[in-house]
Amino acid sequence: MSGSNGLLVDLKNVDKVFKRGAEEIHVLGGLDLEIPEGEFLALMGPSGSGKSTLLNLIGGLDRPSAGSVTVGGQRIDKLSDRKLASWRARHVGLVFQFYNLLPVLNASRNVELPLLLTHLSAKKRREHVDTVMSVVGLSHRMKHYPRQLSGGEQQRVGIARAIVTDPTLLLCDEPTGDLDRKSGDEVLELLQTLNREQDKTIVMVTHDPHAAARASRTVYLDKGQLSLEPVE
Amino acid sequence: MKYLRLILSNLKRKKLRTALTALSITVAFLLFGFLAAVRIAFDQGVQVAGLDRLVVRHKVSIIQFLPESYRDRMERIEGVDLAVHATWFGGIYQKPSNFFAQIPVEPGPFMEMFPEYILEPQEREAWLATRTGAIVGRVTADRFGWKVGDRIPLQATIWTKKDGSNSWEFDLVGIYEGAEKGTDTSQFFFRHDYFDEARQWGEGQVGWYYVRIKDPERAAEIAEAIDVEFANSPAETKAEPEGAFIQGFANQVGNIAKIFMAILSAVFFTILLVAGNTMAQTVRERINELAVLKAVGFTDRGVLGLVLGESCLLAAIGGFFGLALSWLFITIKGDPTGGALPIYYFPAKDILIGVLLVLFVGLAAGILPSLQAQRLQIADALRR
Repeated sequence: MSGSNGLLVDLKNVDKVFKRGAEEIHVLGGLDLEIPEGEFLALMGPSGSGKSTLLNLIGGLDRPSAGSVTVGGQRIDKLSDRKLASWRARHVGLVFQFYNLLPVLNASRNVELPLLLTHLSAKKRREHVDTVMSVVGLSHRMKHYPRQLSGGEQQRVGIARAIVTDPTLLLCDEPTGDLDRKSGDEVLELLQTLNREQDKTIVMVTHDPHAAARASRTVYLDKGQLSLEPVE
Repeated sequence: MKYLRLILSNLKRKKLRTALTALSITVAFLLFGFLAAVRIAFDQGVQVAGLDRLVVRHKVSIIQFLPESYRDRMERIEGVDLAVHATWFGGIYQKPSNFFAQIPVEPGPFMEMFPEYILEPQEREAWLATRTGAIVGRVTADRFGWKVGDRIPLQATIWTKKDGSNSWEFDLVGIYEGAEKGTDTSQFFFRHDYFDEARQWGEGQVGWYYVRIKDPERAAEIAEAIDVEFANSPAETKAEPEGAFIQGFANQVGNIAKIFMAILSAVFFTILLVAGNTMAQTVRERINELAVLKAVGFTDRGVLGLVLGESCLLAAIGGFFGLALSWLFITIKGDPTGGALPIYYFPAKDILIGVLLVLFVGLAAGILPSLQAQRLQIADALRR
């Protein structure tokens, strides 16, 4: 999926402005970011620095006010809403801080959700779900509903849902933010494994230096600008 | 089909709310079914009335009698093919609530006038041969468990016998079926000659006439000719097409179709508010989940379809259950008045309208919430 230069994600001169009534809030200003395929990038910064906004732009969940967002050689900021949705379904896996599982579906049905958008048969979908549930170590929890799972287990189901379509890019927004240290470590271990053994490119937003230490590179975001060093 | 489980799961999220909403939709469609059957009870007589038949009654009122001798004079009027008379008997079988119409007629001409009453040839012969013979429609025969050969006692409320008694007895010689679903098979017919000879008063008098005309196009002209024939006599007539005559009866209750529409409009408006509120609530509660669906790749239209599908499924569960229940009640239990509505069924046309109405309720209740879901911005919605 990577572009000809080996870059998977290439953001150029990206601005993001939110309008709140007459007021304009500049979250990102002229930001450039390149992420090679196969990288595990940690994105750190204080609250309100625009980390999640940046993650949303990379994942096609939002559009920049200016600049370009190229992922896998494709200008996703130029895609129509319908094509962007289809692109997300094929190329991006999302892991959220609060898991965002559907409470009315059991673990396997939650994981199956992105596969409903494919042409796979029910049998094939079940096979894919079985595989990823075993990757995250939850084969014994298939029929459990989110309320019957611990936070760590819910997050692992969330990761299974993110990887079930075998996307190239995994975007994680504070994946350990709601977990205790032990569960958090298990989740980070899993993300590292996915990065190392399955070549998933991972962008992880985190406040936690301990989590960021698992990444192969860390960048810092403050006042809409990136730096390689934490801003004091 | 693969999304059905997702839609069903969402409906099961708040079981009590879903059940109550579905139940209210069920009640609305139950009412729709019953009102459709009641409307047809008032309407169907008009629809199946013979186009070539006139009804001739006394100009003042139907309870005033006409001479039996009018029949020959009517049949001499140009364009008239056949005239038969009938009289209201108004007897009671066992108790007043066992209402059904009892009418003395002349069997031969009567059967010729009403080919929609289907009688076996041997039953017809038996009726012609039995002076105290009577025939009854299938609905009433089934209602009281009567069979051919039974002796049916009726207590007269109008017609006392010459011996001072009010007890009339008839031999049931036939059970007629209706040629169409809407044919009234609740009536009880017996022989006029027996009635006329045994009654204490009113000999030679009848209640009204049915007149068959050769050309339905000339109905108004012939009706006028009949009225002119008996003008300035002690018993002036009012002749009109059978459909208009039946409609006149129905209009005494009111404009049934208008009442039907008014009640249903009020009920369905309320149901739309109930179901619409349920769907609006369910979307408000799931803003974050809908955003997740979009985030994993569901399109705006896909999410709209899911919410609309949920609304339609809710309407379908409640609506089809209501339609099925009303069909069952109407078909199995029949006329709830015990005879006042002899033509009482849930017409196929109204069932089809009901099905379309189910779809309409689902779409109308779900359209605004589903548009709201469609317009959700993922990044904004995920923050909520």
